Amino acid sequence: MNDVRRTAAEAADALAAGETTSVALTQAHLDRIAEVDGAVHAFLHVDAEGALAAAEESDRRRASGAPASPLDGVPVAVKDVLATRGQPTTCGSKVLEGWVPPYDATVVTLLREAGLPILGKTNMDEFAMGSSTEHSAYGPTRNPWDLGRVPGGSGGGSAAAVAAFEAPLALGTDTGGSIRQPGALTGTVGVKPTYGGVSRYGLVAMANSLDQVGPVTRTVLDSALLHEVIGGHDPRDSTSLPDPVGGLVEAARRGAAGDLTGLKVGKIAELRGEGYQDGVEERFEDSLALLEKAGAEVIEVACPSFVHALAAYYLIMPSEASSNLARFDAMRYGLRVPPDGVDDPSAEQVMRASREAGFGDEVKRRIILGTFALSAGYVDAFYGKGQKVRTLIQRDFAAAWAQVDVLVSPTSPSTAFPIGEKQHDPRSMYLNDVATVPANLAGVPGISVPNGLHDGLPVGFQVLAPRQADDRLYRVGAALESLLEQQWGGPLLSQAPALEGASA
Amino acid sequence: MSDTLVDYDDAVSRYDPALGLEVHVELGTATKMFCGCTTAFGAEPNTQTCPTCLGLPGSMPVANRTAVESAIRIGLALGCSISEDCRFARKNYFYPDMPKNFQTSQYDEPIAFDGFLDVDVPLEGGGTETVRVEIERAHMEEDTGKSLHVGTSGRIHGADYSLVDYNRAGIPLIEIVTRPVTGLGARAPEVARAYVAQLRDLIVALGVSDARMDQGSIRADVNLSLAPAGSGTLGTRTETKNVNSLRSVERAVRYEVGRHAAVLDAGEKVFQETRHWHEDTGITTAGREKSDADDYRYFPEPDLVPVAPSREWVEELRGTLPEPPNVRRARLQEAWGFSELEMRDTVGAGALDLIEQTVADGAAPQAARKWWLGELARRANDAGTELVDLAVTPADVARVQALVEEGTVNDKLARQVLEGVLAGEGTPDEVVAARGLAVVSDDGALSAAVDEAIAANPDVADKIRDGKVAAAGALIGAVMKQMKGQADAARVRELILEKLS
Repeated sequence: MNDVRRTAAEAADALAAGETTSVALTQAHLDRIAEVDGAVHAFLHVDAEGALAAAEESDRRRASGAPASPLDGVPVAVKDVLATRGQPTTCGSKVLEGWVPPYDATVVTLLREAGLPILGKTNMDEFAMGSSTEHSAYGPTRNPWDLGRVPGGSGGGSAAAVAAFEAPLALGTDTGGSIRQPGALTGTVGVKPTYGGVSRYGLVAMANSLDQVGPVTRTVLDSALLHEVIGGHDPRDSTSLPDPVGGLVEAARRGAAGDLTGLKVGKIAELRGEGYQDGVEERFEDSLALLEKAGAEVIEVACPSFVHALAAYYLIMPSEASSNLARFDAMRYGLRVPPDGVDDPSAEQVMRASREAGFGDEVKRRIILGTFALSAGYVDAFYGKGQKVRTLIQRDFAAAWAQVDVLVSPTSPSTAFPIGEKQHDPRSMYLNDVATVPANLAGVPGISVPNGLHDGLPVGFQVLAPRQADDRLYRVGAALESLLEQQWGGPLLSQAPALEGASA
Repeated sequence: MSDTLVDYDDAVSRYDPALGLEVHVELGTATKMFCGCTTAFGAEPNTQTCPTCLGLPGSMPVANRTAVESAIRIGLALGCSISEDCRFARKNYFYPDMPKNFQTSQYDEPIAFDGFLDVDVPLEGGGTETVRVEIERAHMEEDTGKSLHVGTSGRIHGADYSLVDYNRAGIPLIEIVTRPVTGLGARAPEVARAYVAQLRDLIVALGVSDARMDQGSIRADVNLSLAPAGSGTLGTRTETKNVNSLRSVERAVRYEVGRHAAVLDAGEKVFQETRHWHEDTGITTAGREKSDADDYRYFPEPDLVPVAPSREWVEELRGTLPEPPNVRRARLQEAWGFSELEMRDTVGAGALDLIEQTVADGAAPQAARKWWLGELARRANDAGTELVDLAVTPADVARVQALVEEGTVNDKLARQVLEGVLAGEGTPDEVVAARGLAVVSDDGALSAAVDEAIAANPDVADKIRDGKVAAAGALIGAVMKQMKGQADAARVRELILEKLS
């Protein structure tokens, strides 16, 4: 079997059975990247040497009978917002061009310890601000289903890398939907874990109270496998939960049997209707019917405050971001641009010129929004009001959990849109996050599972669960995936068009 | 540019000063507030840093439990309530010595609030008056890096270039803020000094900081405003920063009282601004203008969980509080038999710990007091430093006193011994040996000197022979002069009387 077509679980089995080696597997993905990434542009940086060295070590461990983890030897791609020692970390921004962190993010350390060769760093909207990956300072990533369309964002690079078989696994980060929405638009699986379930140490924060690292994969089981590698308490992140993460792989395997008897599913009344493409709603209804067939009971649940979620999100997120991005001042690292026509410029002038040159429009827009929302005289009306809405959304969730085990909605209101279509219309771009932001505001976990096509483009189905009940995402996600694949006769991605220049 | 000043007594006769003090205490924790870097003072610049205290992208803070514990103990010692649940906040502003361009501090949820410190202020003519200074809050924050502006100005404006040392960035600070202290009249400067001194004593007694003003481990910002006498209002305040000695606290308040009064007398408005204290010239100069428009855009720090000290923990920490300094003072006064005035001077000079240690090292309390408040206070004053900063230890002083009591040196020589110790010449015994300061009681050497003095003063010698023993003083003086003071005066007297009897 062609190594790049294997899921991570299949690759792990093949490694265990001696049918392939980590070096072969890693090399196959590096070859695939060489073949197709010119067209897809999922990667900002490829570390062939480092990945192959890690693969060799993995093969040695396996030969000595001591693999480090179930995924030892399976390569992975990492979103460029996560610090990697010795490898560039740009966050898709000119401001960090050439910056090489002296330390690894905790999740990167965990990947290395588990033996996963790191293929490279994936493209993203600058500082994770965007829903299309068009706001990358290094050019957009293209959707493998249609190279004229966006892969979603901000983690379009990780999603496209996985969808284009350039990597079996990737890490993403999700502040308002940056893992789940690209998952929906590229026909891949993306999971935002419970806030605090995965360490954020080394994740260059956009909005610290909302950010979460999570898996980007082609199957629900692969996400569970990766989630178990990266999850758990980290003493360097004081917001990380003390409890270990576990039982996710088991939940995914159990779910794949397709029996959801006794499960109560709530479809969120507010995340439907206006703004949602008909095809997206149709796929959603089809999937609900499948869940019912599998024994689940589906009811409609009202979450009245969700209609304000996007507005609250666009106050809280830029407030935190404006403060986080203040450190990019050209003093200690990153881009330094001398101001034009100024002899002997002051620190303040260099700071201003560097920030002007280093940040893109969307980043500046959010810095201005956030600075305003926190300003004296406005903070109560904006940042403070956003936090109140956040509390109301948390209450909506709490009320829902009294009625149902999981909540469901379409992941994104639309399928992948053409590159350039929304780039200069921020409000229309922001609407992509309408269904995903409530989970971030409440800290609950969510998954997006591909649930069909609309006009030849993937559609995603979102499942949300109570905090620290991430296992439910895997049970329901795996059940839906297996029922859909029975209908389709195979994974959705097998219907994706072959990429130009690709030999496989 | 020099300010017009109104004579101090005139100023306080027509205006009521109001004081406010913000004291920053650098905690003596082994590691920084939010990372594991060491806090040792004086290391090579930028060697005690990590991704977190350098604010590298992706780094995260974790609160130092010992620092939180110290904050709670300071709060308890100041009679504060301890918050059951408080958050850190970001104070946003740009400055090159602040790695993240925000300071992690506390805003509207301080760890400790609503306390007081009863300050014993010396009264003219003896005794002390206790002034209660109300504490509004004590909160936790991190220090910034240290900027060194190289150039003639020494300030950021006009500097040729600046260097930043981030070793200090992230060192835990506790900021203790008083409520406005009013009704002090002319005594505002003394109260300010006594408050800082007593707070420093408390911090040292708690063992949470070495509280060295000269090293910046305790720093005072002095807020002062004047209102027309008897008006009961508060005027516009200035905040004087960089006040790094007890003496300067007092002087800075005096200076600002005179300056404010001159501004108000001229019918002008006092600018609400930050002022810088200049230790060398004893004046303040305008810093950046400060107003309520200063917008730090505070919001809760999302990377840190709230600090929620359990009541059990707080009570456990209450049990670790040391004897309050004023209680200790009363106890020592009793034990040492000091008068009210002597005790007041001792405390005022910052000599309490020094005398206690000197006594522990074997000196009598009055002797210890005499050295520290006499010769050594004079030398500290000449050098413009604090007693504690003199290069002499309580053990040295106790040894000098022992040398006096043994008769090895007399008082005058003892002062020379101290001079040698202060000059770094070694221990008192080493100085005595090196400078040859021991008194001469050897009869051979003395006898020759006495004979010489008798020969040189025949009329005086005759008087003594006639029984006027009191005249011996003149001969003793002559001998002492010849022996450069290093003679045992009692033995000289005996020899004179023997020879002339």
